[in-house]
Amino acid sequence: MLKGWSAVYYRELLILRRRLSRLLASMSVSPLLYLIAFGYAMGNEVRIEGHTYMEFLIPGLTAMSSMTQSFAIASEINISRFYWHIFEEFQSAPLSNIAYVTGEVLAGITRAFVAVGVILILGLMFGVRLSCTPLFWLAIFLNSFVFASLAVGMAMLVKSHADQAMLTNFVITPMAFLGGTFFPVDRLPAWAQKLLFLLPLTHASDSIRAAAFGKQPHLFSYFVLLLTGMIFFFVSFHCVNRARD
Amino acid sequence: MIRIEKLSKHYKNIHALKKVSLHVPEGELFAYLGPNGAGKTTTIRILTGLTALSSGDAYLNGFHIEKHTIDAKTQCGLVPQSVNLDQELTVFENLDVHGRLFRMPAVTRNTQIHKLLEYVDMDGRKDSLAKHLSGGMKRRVMIARALVHSPRILFLDEPTVGLDAGIRRRIWALIKKIQQNGTTIFLTTHYIEEAEFLANRVAFLDEGRIVAADTPQNLMSHLGLWAIDRFADDTMEAVYFQTRKEANEYVTRQEECFTLRRVNLEDAFLALTGKKVKGQQC
Repeated sequence: MLKGWSAVYYRELLILRRRLSRLLASMSVSPLLYLIAFGYAMGNEVRIEGHTYMEFLIPGLTAMSSMTQSFAIASEINISRFYWHIFEEFQSAPLSNIAYVTGEVLAGITRAFVAVGVILILGLMFGVRLSCTPLFWLAIFLNSFVFASLAVGMAMLVKSHADQAMLTNFVITPMAFLGGTFFPVDRLPAWAQKLLFLLPLTHASDSIRAAAFGKQPHLFSYFVLLLTGMIFFFVSFHCVNRARD
Repeated sequence: MIRIEKLSKHYKNIHALKKVSLHVPEGELFAYLGPNGAGKTTTIRILTGLTALSSGDAYLNGFHIEKHTIDAKTQCGLVPQSVNLDQELTVFENLDVHGRLFRMPAVTRNTQIHKLLEYVDMDGRKDSLAKHLSGGMKRRVMIARALVHSPRILFLDEPTVGLDAGIRRRIWALIKKIQQNGTTIFLTTHYIEEAEFLANRVAFLDEGRIVAADTPQNLMSHLGLWAIDRFADDTMEAVYFQTRKEANEYVTRQEECFTLRRVNLEDAFLALTGKKVKGQQC
């Protein structure tokens, strides 16, 4: 059933390798600007939960980057589908939908890990060393699993590259700012906290931050991420058929 | 090798294919000729699993395309109409990914890729990025890619569209060579000379229906062997003759401009549908 996933993943890795230098540069720009503007300039005197704002910000940026970079696989799929027609090559191969989705989701997760590596190096440049425990990496894995799965499903449903950009603006951008990346969610009104608690990124930010500070993260957040990721994965799997016509 | 029974495809209110039935035996080069929008690409897309059929049945080497999809897909290779190479991958990598998708073992894959690149005369460009190739080279790489997993059936959707005459001839020679090696070929085209030069049998497709299917010679023979195009009052009309002598005698009696030529598949298509293959109404 899963046979052939490695071919899809291998193709994405070849492209990733070919673009790596450009990709590393683009993955560094936004986090670097956030660190300089919010962490270094504005948040210099701010302390949150006993940590400097820079220490607070870097795990949040890690969560945000793993989300945006794993979701970026949607753009790659759309370019393949609408511009280069490479999706036809996969569709005409003896490849099950689940194998295709697995290959693309793993490619999204790989991109996310590369982006996290960039953030950790930037953090070191600003003098912040995070505690990269297995639970820290597990939270990043689950977060990127959620958003890579969502990306594949959306890429199958949209009818054009413009639709994809619109979805990113409506789904990913608000989450990036409200999901506990730049400020603690508990500083918002109770109703807003309840609302933001529904976002997977809020759980990812909390888990990554707790693990990075050497604390015990809430296992419930891991469960939410796993469940959401599995739901998105199976929705994506069913969406591949919709892309046939 | 390819069997289609009452195949239909509807897109909302559009009937792209209307109960098409045909059989292509092993080793044959079968051409599907028709104007744009006749349903040629839709047929290929259904047979290769890119589009779902609405009704009917289709089999590739005995495997039903919907019930035994994976087995059916392993029987065929596809060269689509639009260039769909991975532009950021090299020629070798494009073929390598294809071989992996068809789960070929590494050693067999590498041997086959090197053999095919030599076969299509692209072995010297195996490390070039696809985006740096010319149109004709891209087509040859796409044909090689479709053959990596040694399919028994090759689908070619307008394989020479947009290419100049010299490159088109080179692709035709390659297609002939592939057929001589035993591969069954299903080709769509709206180039008359392509179907005449390559095909063992031709089907005329018009508005989603097959209006005739036979050898090019049989399709043309009922009209005659020679045609005279008469130009009068800004219109052109063709008159057909069995022999050149009859045609010459006819010419001596005419005062208008005329052209004497061999009858071709365009004439046969026009006689059956009232249309030209390139879409003009007559």
